[in-house]
Amino acid sequence: NEQLAIPQLRQSSYRHETPPTNPSRRCLHLGYFGGKRLHKISWSAPKPSPLTRSAPMAKLAIFFTLTLSLLPFLSHSFSPDTPTDRRILVLLDDFSLKSSHSIFFTSLKSRGFDLDFKLADDPKLSLQRYGQYLYDGLILFAPSVERFGGALDVAAVLDFVDSGHDLIVAADTTASDLIKSVATECGVDFDEDPSAMVIDHQGYAVSDVDGDHTLIAADELIRSDVILGKTKIEAPVLFKGIAHSLNAANTLALKVLSGSPSAYSANPSAKLSSPPSLTGSAISLVSVVQARNNARIMISGSLDLFSNRYMKSSVQKAGSPSKYEKSGNEQFVTEVSKWLFHERGHLKAGNLRHLKVGETGEPAMYRIKDDLEFYVDIFEWSGNSWEPYVADDVQVQFYMMSPYVLKTLSTDKKGLYHTSFKVPDVYGVFQFKVEYQKLGYTSLSLSKQIPVRPFRHNEYERFIPTAFPYYGASFTTMAGFFIFSVVYLYNK
Amino acid sequence: MASPESAVNGPTMTAGAASKSLRNAFGGVIAFIILVLIGVLAFSIRLFSVIKYESVIHEFDPYFNYRVTQFLSKNGIYDFWNWFDDRTWYPLGRVIGGTVYPGLTLTAGTIWKVVNSLNIPLSVETVCVFTAPIFSAFASWAAYLLTKEVKGPGAGLTAAALLAMVPSYISRSVAGSYDNEAVAIFALVFTFYLYIKTLNTGSLFYATLNALAYFYMVCSWGGYTFIINLIPMHVLLCIVTGRYSSRLYIAYAPLVVLGTLLASLVPVVGFNAVLTSEHFASFLVFIIIHVVALAYYIKGILSPKMFKVAVTLVVSAGLAVCCAVIAILIAVVASSPTKGWSGRSLTLLDPTYASKYIPIIASVSEHQPPTWPSYFMDINVLAFLVPAGIIACFMPLTDSSSFVILYIVTSVYFSGVMVRLMLVLAPAACILSGIALSEAFNVLTRSIKFQLPGIAGNPSIASEENGSSTVVAPNDIPKTEEAAKEKPAKKNRKKEKENVEKKPTPSKTEKRLLVLPLEASVIAVLLLVLLGAFYVVHCVWAAAEAYSAPSIVLTSHSNDGGLHVFDDFREAYSWLSHNTDVDDKVASWWDYGYQTTAMANRTVLVDNNTWNNTHIATVGTAMSSPEKQAWEIFHSLDVKYVLVVFGGVVGYPSDDINKFLWMVRIGGGVFPHIKEPDYLRDGQYRIDAQATPTMLNCLMYKLSYFRFVETDGKGFDRVRRTEIGKKHFKLTHFEEVFTTHHWMVRIYKLKPQRNRIRGKTKKSKSSRSVSSKRDVRGKRNPWH
Repeated sequence: NEQLAIPQLRQSSYRHETPPTNPSRRCLHLGYFGGKRLHKISWSAPKPSPLTRSAPMAKLAIFFTLTLSLLPFLSHSFSPDTPTDRRILVLLDDFSLKSSHSIFFTSLKSRGFDLDFKLADDPKLSLQRYGQYLYDGLILFAPSVERFGGALDVAAVLDFVDSGHDLIVAADTTASDLIKSVATECGVDFDEDPSAMVIDHQGYAVSDVDGDHTLIAADELIRSDVILGKTKIEAPVLFKGIAHSLNAANTLALKVLSGSPSAYSANPSAKLSSPPSLTGSAISLVSVVQARNNARIMISGSLDLFSNRYMKSSVQKAGSPSKYEKSGNEQFVTEVSKWLFHERGHLKAGNLRHLKVGETGEPAMYRIKDDLEFYVDIFEWSGNSWEPYVADDVQVQFYMMSPYVLKTLSTDKKGLYHTSFKVPDVYGVFQFKVEYQKLGYTSLSLSKQIPVRPFRHNEYERFIPTAFPYYGASFTTMAGFFIFSVVYLYNK
Repeated sequence: MASPESAVNGPTMTAGAASKSLRNAFGGVIAFIILVLIGVLAFSIRLFSVIKYESVIHEFDPYFNYRVTQFLSKNGIYDFWNWFDDRTWYPLGRVIGGTVYPGLTLTAGTIWKVVNSLNIPLSVETVCVFTAPIFSAFASWAAYLLTKEVKGPGAGLTAAALLAMVPSYISRSVAGSYDNEAVAIFALVFTFYLYIKTLNTGSLFYATLNALAYFYMVCSWGGYTFIINLIPMHVLLCIVTGRYSSRLYIAYAPLVVLGTLLASLVPVVGFNAVLTSEHFASFLVFIIIHVVALAYYIKGILSPKMFKVAVTLVVSAGLAVCCAVIAILIAVVASSPTKGWSGRSLTLLDPTYASKYIPIIASVSEHQPPTWPSYFMDINVLAFLVPAGIIACFMPLTDSSSFVILYIVTSVYFSGVMVRLMLVLAPAACILSGIALSEAFNVLTRSIKFQLPGIAGNPSIASEENGSSTVVAPNDIPKTEEAAKEKPAKKNRKKEKENVEKKPTPSKTEKRLLVLPLEASVIAVLLLVLLGAFYVVHCVWAAAEAYSAPSIVLTSHSNDGGLHVFDDFREAYSWLSHNTDVDDKVASWWDYGYQTTAMANRTVLVDNNTWNNTHIATVGTAMSSPEKQAWEIFHSLDVKYVLVVFGGVVGYPSDDINKFLWMVRIGGGVFPHIKEPDYLRDGQYRIDAQATPTMLNCLMYKLSYFRFVETDGKGFDRVRRTEIGKKHFKLTHFEEVFTTHHWMVRIYKLKPQRNRIRGKTKKSKSSRSVSSKRDVRGKRNPWH
């Protein structure tokens, strides 16, 4: 029976304990396992697979295959189940940045990242070798570079992102067209005027003595614990650089740090002849983009934001009485980079399963008006382990062109989400859909196809009580006809 | 063959009777052998497709039937009945068991089962391929029986021979053409035979058989409504012309009662058997025949004077009741928008209906009205013989011959509306032509016989019988004539043998001797033989050349006579089945739905069972939309692949570009933003440089002509015989994944959603100096 076979195949592809025996079999929806690690086929088996439990010999054999298949990847100390990046390439304009921004780099190193510093015009620059990416993340601290060295160009950087890797781009007043075009491709438009800077005559930092109010104490932060961490960033963030804007229709990009209503983008040394094109809170100072494959991109209009000098300096926003010993830069940069490198806000869902109430095992097909139970597991990556994800807003759709059933799932706080409902009185090919898009989290998009059939011919009620008069009528007619025939034929 | 004997036996003398019965027995055996040969002919003339191509299922619908039969043979009848198919009409699915006429499938499934239980290991496919030829042999035999009931066995044999090779029927029943019509024509003719048989005998046994045959017809084909309307019409005709008899009542009343009961057992018909207007005629006539029967009964028991009084009473009361009932009925029917008729039936009553309201019916090629040449192609010389047959039926007019006349008249009308119904006309034409031919031979050979007594093979018998009885004399003459004629003209064996069987008809009907001049008769016989020969030649040609192409494999002859085979369809379907995931959805125009599910085993959005106009319109809209909108429509339906058929490279005319206007019309019928004039330049459909921008930017154009210019450098379309309008373009939302050898099938994949959303495009102007390939591509494509 081919109809039975299909869902079984489907089922096995969702079970994440078992190795992907046939990787080409079914590309799972993006978002599952981060979706982004497709180029790495290695896997770790944290739980014993059903196979290993069954036979010791098989266990041994599997152990060897596992070890062998894992060997090439062990050197990377990386596993697809751990979405956090490990190897990061840092491209610099010159190596002095390495020391002037050392706090940021040290914090990354202390969190376990391998940083590989290179000059942006290094002729041997390459992101991949033999079709495999050498890095999991890229930091572009080279705003003025006109042309990357080696095999790297804009397309290579974008392909790097499109294959699921993360990117930090820091621009500056010296930002080159190259850097701007990378940003544009990610949906961030820097101010076209090359000499423009963000100026804020209200929200400048007091310590700035220059008087052109280009050093800004920004505190318009995005309200998201996932991106900025649970601890509130009290001190304003020092920013000096260029403005960019986001297209309102772009659902992937977020302003993490936006300009105050009084900010505008213009050349500070020239007289303002026409109204500035970018003003107020349309200005974004630091933005993040989460691509559809969950690759994360951070774009900052200021390279100095990451510098030791800004992190250490004290800050007082103009017009504000409170003066902080230390700017919010370090906390801001650290928290955003944690989010960026998938130490936070990374969800995985799987083990989508459903069964008819009172039965075990997943049916290949439901009947209309069946009662069913639905389960899904959702976990969040905490930086070093998968923790149960707890939320009360995860919903499942029973979907055929439009959702026929939309139910909020309840969780047992151990990662298992569950609900039960009745199949609607409509037959067709439905899908269980979990579409979960929450600010800062990776998007979850799972679906599982399930046909719903009408009643079989023998599943209708045999006798309908309201029809008893008709049954009676037809049978009495038959009997009457019989009697009539007998009387008519033999009673002459 | 027994009946003529008994009719004749009485008046003959003993010596004559002995030789006659011997001759009749001999004639019976020959008739039997001829019938077997006709069956063999009917079967073997349909094997050209297997010999010239291969044993493969043809065209579109047969693939669905084949798939259903496979399911039936694998899962049994109950699963078939309850089969919910999730591979078609995604995401709606289709309840196959309740929406399919199961007759053909059950027939082939039964044959397969029987054959396999006899340890003959035939595959389901083989059985399906050969079902149609087998049933066309049955249909020929049924035609023999029917015509025999009307005009005697001579006409029967002629009709059977004609039906065995009539091109119209061959077109639907060559080996591999595994469609409903293949068994339905047999069921149709057989039902009519049983009806006539009941009418002639007045036997309840045949009436019951008739209901069962009708049930088989209902199982097999939607054309059963033709039966359930034609028979009441005939009954009404008989009543009106004062031919009411108890035989008529027995022939009709059980058929309506049993037939309707049985018909409603077929899931696809169900309550339609009593609810839709197609069936009302039969109920109305059912009431009328009862009224008439009652009237006759009352007339029998009352004196004529009393009867007159009763008539006036009843008529006045009855008229009032009738008016009331009819008024209610009309009100009920009028309350439904289609007046209770299905669209296809309305098309039959009003030929312009479909083109006005239902493009989906009008778009099907077999629903178009036929052209005059197609009559000549499909029934050939029968078209000229039919009028003669009608005249023959009028002398004398019997219940059964009036039925045949009614049959031919209605079927001529229907065939004029839909070319597909030519198939219903074909048996009628064969029957009447058979009658005409056999009558003509009868008259002509009798004339020859009477003027050339010396030539006859057995003059003694002839003279003896001439003297003995005037009734028998004309019967025997053609027979002896036969023996004489057998020698000179062997090649037209068939026709002669039909004459052998001529005896009973004239015995009953012909009393007078119609003698034509000898020379004229001889010439006329020769001409008729020539006509028959021409018909045979034409039929064989039609079977071999015109109607055997399976349309899944195409061939063409190159200039040097070589044969070139285009097997692109199967190439594409097997690519799909090997390279795509089992649950992937493939969108294509509905023509290819059945083939995709059957051959590639992939889920399709729409297929040839066009039950949901909106869904088809959605696909039509997507095909007529620009790329982005089309992508959104397809994406919302989970489509992974889009399949288009393109004939511009090899000159295959029935490709999607030629069908495209129907997609626009059907799509526009539901989604008004698709407007047909947008795709036409001054009312003309064109794809060259003059084409409208809407046309040049729609998905169908792009998918058909993508990279087309690479084939010859100019983009010359060999079907439309013009250079295409837009030659160089890129696809933004689709990517080509497969194109078959001759470019006839092209498969595209929907690109995934862009991973990132780009910023303003004007930005890239400033960064052009360092912009990458990606940017350049984005800029060069003005339709982005």
